[in-house]
Amino acid sequence: MAAEEFEAEYHVTGRDYANAGRVSTNIKDILKHLGIDPALMRRVAIASYEAEMNLVMYATRGKMRLVVNPGAVTIFVEDEGPGIENIALAMEEGYSTATPEMREMGFGAGMGLPNIKRNADDFEISSVVGRGTRLYIRVNQAE
Amino acid sequence: MAAQYHHSLRFDAERCNGCMACMRACPTAAVRVRKGKAVKLMDRCIDCGECIKVCTQGVIVPLTDQISDLSRFQRRVAIPSPAMYAQFDPEVLPGVIFAALKKCGFHDVECLSRACDEVTAATEIFVGEYRGRFPLISSFCPAVVRLVQVEYPGLVSQMLPLLSPREITARDAKVRRSAEMGLPIDQIGAIYITPCPAKIVSILEHPGMKRSYLDAAIAISDLFQDLAKAVDEVGETDENMDGSETASGVSWAFLGGLPRSLPAEHTFSVAGLSNVIRILDDVEKGKLRNYCFIECHACPEGCVGGCLTVENPYVARGKAIKLRQQLPSGPSMHKEDVVRRYRNGDYLMDEPLAARPLRPLGEDISTAIIRMRERARLLSDLPGIDCGACGAPSCRAFAEDVVMGEAADEACVLAGR
Repeated sequence: MAAEEFEAEYHVTGRDYANAGRVSTNIKDILKHLGIDPALMRRVAIASYEAEMNLVMYATRGKMRLVVNPGAVTIFVEDEGPGIENIALAMEEGYSTATPEMREMGFGAGMGLPNIKRNADDFEISSVVGRGTRLYIRVNQAE
Repeated sequence: MAAQYHHSLRFDAERCNGCMACMRACPTAAVRVRKGKAVKLMDRCIDCGECIKVCTQGVIVPLTDQISDLSRFQRRVAIPSPAMYAQFDPEVLPGVIFAALKKCGFHDVECLSRACDEVTAATEIFVGEYRGRFPLISSFCPAVVRLVQVEYPGLVSQMLPLLSPREITARDAKVRRSAEMGLPIDQIGAIYITPCPAKIVSILEHPGMKRSYLDAAIAISDLFQDLAKAVDEVGETDENMDGSETASGVSWAFLGGLPRSLPAEHTFSVAGLSNVIRILDDVEKGKLRNYCFIECHACPEGCVGGCLTVENPYVARGKAIKLRQQLPSGPSMHKEDVVRRYRNGDYLMDEPLAARPLRPLGEDISTAIIRMRERARLLSDLPGIDCGACGAPSCRAFAEDVVMGEAADEACVLAGR
């Protein structure tokens, strides 16, 4: 770990709706204590929450790693799960593979991944069907 | 350097036995017990009064005014919180209480009804024309406002920027009386009869305004005994029995009073700070975007749950509902008049609400990061049971105090066992 870097890792269990959202709450708390600008903190909060909910809804298990340095806030997400067959389609607003159960809970508007991308300065996604998905989300600090 | 904020609570160390009840009850982790006495962290306190509710030793003193402090005003106008009616049986109509207030040192009484109706209509207009980020959050509970300023600084722009009924009532009452009686405005005191200490803070320093139109606040609980006696004396002799109070005004005393005019499927009401905190946390994550308006109260059941009331909030709510049934339903003014005043800016706050984020762990991000790593390291050595023996409400708060140099890490009696 670089001298001016803070890192934290969180584990998320698929279908664990009772604890869903805790990781992003935790990340928010850390960013507030670090004095991160509220607008930037909010973008990270939205992106990390969407990513966390994707893990809970679709993956078997996964982890989220937060890295903060004076230049940026970065979140690495890695899950074991079904993966995404057509990433381009998944990135389209309104496209969703959510089950009726997920929709009942207010998810499945097909805005998750697009929302993450919209709130990130840098976003990468890769996936292997039957293995899992990885996300790289970076939000830059203002100069 | 953090700005000094006004507060409405004072801790009387003489009486404190160090029991930690207030420390555990504080929703913003603003209390520590040091050397056996509770102390308040000024920048974290939002004046919600949760500590008053749990303290059995009378340590926490609300800085309300007494009638005797108000002789500087030639004319004293009482503006009772609608929660005040709910302290009495519903047979005691507002008009009787108003007559009783006039026996308790006030020259006049103004009820909030008209302003409540105006604010309800103005809220509807504002929500309809608003193009910013949803949901909007009600700003009438000063403890909620300060909670947002301190803990959710990113949400200040979503606070409804309208004046509260108590401010509008105070302003209009002063202007009218000043004209009628030829008195200078500063000779007319607008005194809120308050169910909670949070209102006192909003009088000392009103977020979003240059200054409050109210001048002082007297606790319902301080006034109750004299007032109840006066109510008995008044009997049923007052001719204006309803005191021009309307059903919609009384509705503001409890949860769910405000957003009734907005579409029910896009609004909801939440009361109790731990519940409000959960909802604000969701809003900050971008959830609840489909709601246009959320009514938030720090106290359970709304203002009837304030810590400076005498009746318990659930009974009080029942009484308010019963009273409401006996009053005219309103609205007490024409919609066109509200629209005209709204366009005139009469209901808008003076300036945008400012965020007052908590002091970060370091003055620059590099220092903060180093201290955050230290906090994480400490935290992994702590037992994580939040026993409070160190004088901090949680292991996390303790670790934070240590890295900020405000506590010594040997204060944990359990670490390393």
